[in-house]
Amino acid sequence: MTGLPLLTRVLRDPPAMARLGAPEWELLLRQAVAADLGATLALLAQEHGLLQALPPRVQRRLDWECRGWQRHGQAVRFELRQVQHALRTTGLPLILLKGTAYVAAGLPAAAGRLFNDVDILVPKDRLNEVEGLLMAHGWASSHHDAYDQRYYREWMHELPPMQHMRRGTAIDVHHAILPETARVRPDPALLRAGARALPGQPGLHVLAPCDMVLHSATHLFSEGEYGHGLRDLFDLHRLLCHFGAEEPGFWTALAQRARELELSRPLFYALRYCMRVLGTPVPVATVAAAEGGRPNLALLALMDALFLRALRPMHPSCAGTLTPVSDGMLFIRGNWLRMPPLMLSRHLFRKAFLTSGNVKSDQV
Amino acid sequence: MLTVAALGQPELSARLRGPGLRLRTGPFISCIRSSVPALGPALERMYGDYPVLDNDIPADFDVLLRRPRGLRRLVKPQVFFHYDGMEPFQPLPLAQLYPMFEWAMNWCVSSHAHSWLVIHAAVVEKEGKAVILPAPPGSGKSTLCAALVARGWRLLSDELTLVRLDDGRIDPVPRPVSLKNASIDVIRAWAPQAHLSTPVADTMKGTVAHMRPPRESVVRADEPASPAWIVFPQWRAGASAELVPVPQARAHLRVAENAFNYSLLGAAGFTTAARLVDATRTFDFSYGALDDAMAVFERLLAERR
Repeated sequence: MTGLPLLTRVLRDPPAMARLGAPEWELLLRQAVAADLGATLALLAQEHGLLQALPPRVQRRLDWECRGWQRHGQAVRFELRQVQHALRTTGLPLILLKGTAYVAAGLPAAAGRLFNDVDILVPKDRLNEVEGLLMAHGWASSHHDAYDQRYYREWMHELPPMQHMRRGTAIDVHHAILPETARVRPDPALLRAGARALPGQPGLHVLAPCDMVLHSATHLFSEGEYGHGLRDLFDLHRLLCHFGAEEPGFWTALAQRARELELSRPLFYALRYCMRVLGTPVPVATVAAAEGGRPNLALLALMDALFLRALRPMHPSCAGTLTPVSDGMLFIRGNWLRMPPLMLSRHLFRKAFLTSGNVKSDQV
Repeated sequence: MLTVAALGQPELSARLRGPGLRLRTGPFISCIRSSVPALGPALERMYGDYPVLDNDIPADFDVLLRRPRGLRRLVKPQVFFHYDGMEPFQPLPLAQLYPMFEWAMNWCVSSHAHSWLVIHAAVVEKEGKAVILPAPPGSGKSTLCAALVARGWRLLSDELTLVRLDDGRIDPVPRPVSLKNASIDVIRAWAPQAHLSTPVADTMKGTVAHMRPPRESVVRADEPASPAWIVFPQWRAGASAELVPVPQARAHLRVAENAFNYSLLGAAGFTTAARLVDATRTFDFSYGALDDAMAVFERLLAERR
């Protein structure tokens, strides 16, 4: 495992932190912060009882990261109450997705996790109502260009991202977990039907354990950008470890559920790379059951080459000569999975030549 | 202890090009690398007295200033600031290399150092008592700070006041004092002995020059100080020097507005600001002439003796 980056080795085996020397600590902290895993590292050290024995400067650095994360959690919980208040008249269960769900459910995957948007899932036929209520409570759509509006409303699986006018906080309202134009479209009704109420938090729901894992896998392995690849893989690792231990029947149900949702391929990738990169203990029977999602040999060899690069920490110390090529191919793949070829070429043409002003203002 | 001056220009440049210069400024260690040769001489001029650490001491911040590759550098040379692979700022014209370095160093502290309430304020000390000068740009904060330092007050910082969360004392992070536009000539006239960097015109803050901190401030960078006053300065042409007390609640809010991480620190930010306001006398201060201002600060000090 010496070929793995330092951060990856520590995520696989947190007690290894105790044996690091000063120069390694500097590199580890830098990789962790660049991968958005600084607070996660701090909490891992704490969880394994290592924090007090670390060099004082390292403890101080980890404390900085932790403080940011604590404030983030507080802000997320506040924001959730605002969203819940805004949507109280709909009678809809508020189904939370991704990071928001991990925080609200108090899952281990929330420890150290930072994210920008609150993500919720609502039925497609209620989108207008939900959007109207959010607007009435201060959220505004951030993409005003007619093309962007059409892009989101007709083709994507979510409304154009909305931002609160005073707090600046963002919310993504999803009606599905993959775009309307994607080749695979898991039935959102199945996901909503399986959602579970959070005990002690009336009105808040999260996806059922298998669905949560499958959504996380789908998100990671159909993305075009992997700036947070390792962090998202670590989410999956922690979800798998947690549900594997706490949720009866989880390991046997996972592959079956993936077939129902047409998500066998992302599940295959998730298990493969979690095991390879992070050493996730997945039962042999589950691995065998997920074989249905295995791509052909040539494709798998290519995906291994691309993903094993993309799932390294996003830090200059981990970049190889082929990293830019690999990132570029994953970007194309991410868009390829989003829409049919003709539509994609029209979309990319438009983004490249006709609405460059928009792209720039997005980046500011 | 090894200092930048003792290192010598060839070794300094070699470290900047190679493994990085580990420069200590108060409680922080920055690993500085640069592919722009001009940074070495600039650091030697402004940071001669600062401690340099061995390559195996872990740094808090990773600062890289580089020139882009390719033809563009011949037409319109620029400098990029990278922090651990990220680019927090837009690139600037190459002539602004040194101001950019200073802004980058400020950014490192203000966006990470959450063991302190970090207030955007100058802070100077005499006889163990610190005066904090928070203010928006243009209020004459840095000019006042440079003037006080030239008259024997110890520089703790001209931009970043670090208030400890546990006991409310202030840790120094002395670095060159940033002077803008007219205040460059004001300080030249006020303190002819002060060492100023070459002014750089047309930056986003106008013309900028930096004043090298006195050696004593750099050497005593490990000595914390107790906050005694918070003074919100406002320079106005022709105004007489006048202190007007600011009520505690208002002072607290103004400290919060000027702090980089008040909100991030949550309850700890609130209690630290409250303790700071409790421990200090708080004033609005308008002044038109530095001589008058010096007298006012000496009087404040005499009252606390």
